[in-house]
Amino acid sequence: MNANNLRRRVDTGRLGLYTLLIALIVLYLTPIETGLVTSFKTSSAITGTAPYTPPLSGNATLEKWQIAIDALLRGMGNSLLYAVPATIISAFFGSIAAYGLTITNWKMRYKLPLLALFVAGIFIPYQAVLVPLSQFWAQIAPLEEWLSFVWALGVNTDYVGILELIITHVAYGIPICTILFRSYYKNISTEMVESARLNGATLRRVYQRIVFPLSTPMFAVVLIYQFTQIWNDLLFTLILVASESSAAAPVVLILAGLGQSLEGQDFGLRMAGAFFAALPTLGVYIMFGEEFAEGVAT
Amino acid sequence: MSRISDYLNRVFSDRTADETRTDGGVVAGEDRTERGSADRLFDRINARFGDDFVESLPFWFPPFFLVGLFVYGAILWNLLISLTDYEGFAQAPDYSNLDFEMYVRAVSDSGTVDAALNTIILLVVFTLATLIVGLGLAILIDRGIRFENTFRTIYLLPMSLSFVVTAQFWLWMYNYNSGIVNLAFGTFGIGPIDWIGNQQIVLWAVIFALMWQFSGYAMVVYLAGLRAIPNEHYEAAKVDGASTLKMYWRVIIPQLKSATIGAAVVLMVFALKAFDFLYSLTANYRPPNGADILATKMVREAYSNQNWAYAAAIAIILFFMALSVIGPYLTYQYRRGNL
Repeated sequence: MNANNLRRRVDTGRLGLYTLLIALIVLYLTPIETGLVTSFKTSSAITGTAPYTPPLSGNATLEKWQIAIDALLRGMGNSLLYAVPATIISAFFGSIAAYGLTITNWKMRYKLPLLALFVAGIFIPYQAVLVPLSQFWAQIAPLEEWLSFVWALGVNTDYVGILELIITHVAYGIPICTILFRSYYKNISTEMVESARLNGATLRRVYQRIVFPLSTPMFAVVLIYQFTQIWNDLLFTLILVASESSAAAPVVLILAGLGQSLEGQDFGLRMAGAFFAALPTLGVYIMFGEEFAEGVAT
Repeated sequence: MSRISDYLNRVFSDRTADETRTDGGVVAGEDRTERGSADRLFDRINARFGDDFVESLPFWFPPFFLVGLFVYGAILWNLLISLTDYEGFAQAPDYSNLDFEMYVRAVSDSGTVDAALNTIILLVVFTLATLIVGLGLAILIDRGIRFENTFRTIYLLPMSLSFVVTAQFWLWMYNYNSGIVNLAFGTFGIGPIDWIGNQQIVLWAVIFALMWQFSGYAMVVYLAGLRAIPNEHYEAAKVDGASTLKMYWRVIIPQLKSATIGAAVVLMVFALKAFDFLYSLTANYRPPNGADILATKMVREAYSNQNWAYAAAIAIILFFMALSVIGPYLTYQYRRGNL
């Protein structure tokens, strides 16, 4: 076999490879493409034209987007109100827990069961804690009663749901944040930490001056991962806020019921709503794809 | 960096004669007998658990306490509630009369048995299909292609979307009259098929949609596994004259065991708790007929029918299913020293 022949065989192989990869891209983007074009079509064009064709001049409309944004905008605000604090707090807790269980010097024999509980905590189905969770917020920690002075200031009492969502998401987010940070701390150089400790620096100082500054890349990964998770979650919002008509309703809760009526489903509105609700996580993904990939892969 | 070394120097020069202090804090006093009983207690605890134990408590204990309370405390409480007869709009369960009635009810309720079967089908088929597709994508991308990042970003994109969002997309894809899926099948003279309405089909349609969303995740995990395999293994297989297919099957794939296990656990546990997607298909606690799984059944019994104790019992069944996946995984990770 001469070199030319071999080369040609490789080239057809490459061609096939790229054809396959591009065909797969078409397949992966189809649900998104058909959703996007549909969101800009008039109702008659949605049923009258092929679902993948872009809207033509007579069929194009921004009406669905306007209705969707009107319906979802307050939900966006509510979602940010709990997603941002819950993301930051759970990342911080994960970082200090991983620090206390990884870099500090105490017996592995006693660390292991704690670590096992953290790892298992990632995988617990939330269904197994829902009924007690409702009971907890109703009986043991009735925030709505405790915070009566806040409601007296004119804040809608529904916003107690936002506070409950923050605490709940922090608690259930800590295991994954801890394990992500631990995987990072296991691999950072211990020389600096050890010499600081030998020189008598406290653990707090070591965290503040050495470990925390070194954690910046992992904080990016964890914050992005957690923000996406918390923003996207529906189950807790359904249990803790319950009603999409609530003043504190998060965007996913409103979106779930959007475009459904007795007359049928308005798919243009649904698609526009879906894209609008996905904008923050899509934006984060497009800007920080690498960090997101690292977060899901660990 | 210079700030750190400055600090270290300062601390070093401040050190006094008290060598028994391990935490490097302020020295208690010149006479050791004046040390408080708390200090002595801490020393004894540290002697048992390790030098930094007491000082590290403020770092890991508060997060651990929150997890302990909200995860493990709640599971025990859930177990307790499942033994009561709690239902309706009563404020709190009556814990005086505990029995296994709710579990008996779960076993004899055909709805729950069907949901359990659907859960197992979803778990097995979804996990296998997603792993295979993800591995395929990873191998294709690992062939030294150009624009690798672009391809990877697009395959992983669905993973960044909420299930509420993707459920809307797939409702439109599967739409009976105008959806792309029926349009595509129509060109082969098949259909139209009622993907969501037909209860023989809907579960498979859901599995396909979830596979679309998660295969990018499996791809990323496998890609990391493939990158860890030394180049020599590929070359050795080539020298031995193995075909590409044979090389992957015999040499490469066996080395992806830990990637497979890690991804499979995540996918299986996800399949057990998949709720958001099914809820969003109908915007109702009742998912499409034929796609009810234990996760949706549990939430419906609790928050739609107020059968709290019964829901708690289903939740415990679900928890043990998850445990049968997590338990072996933890043991595996522990044996490999990977915890």
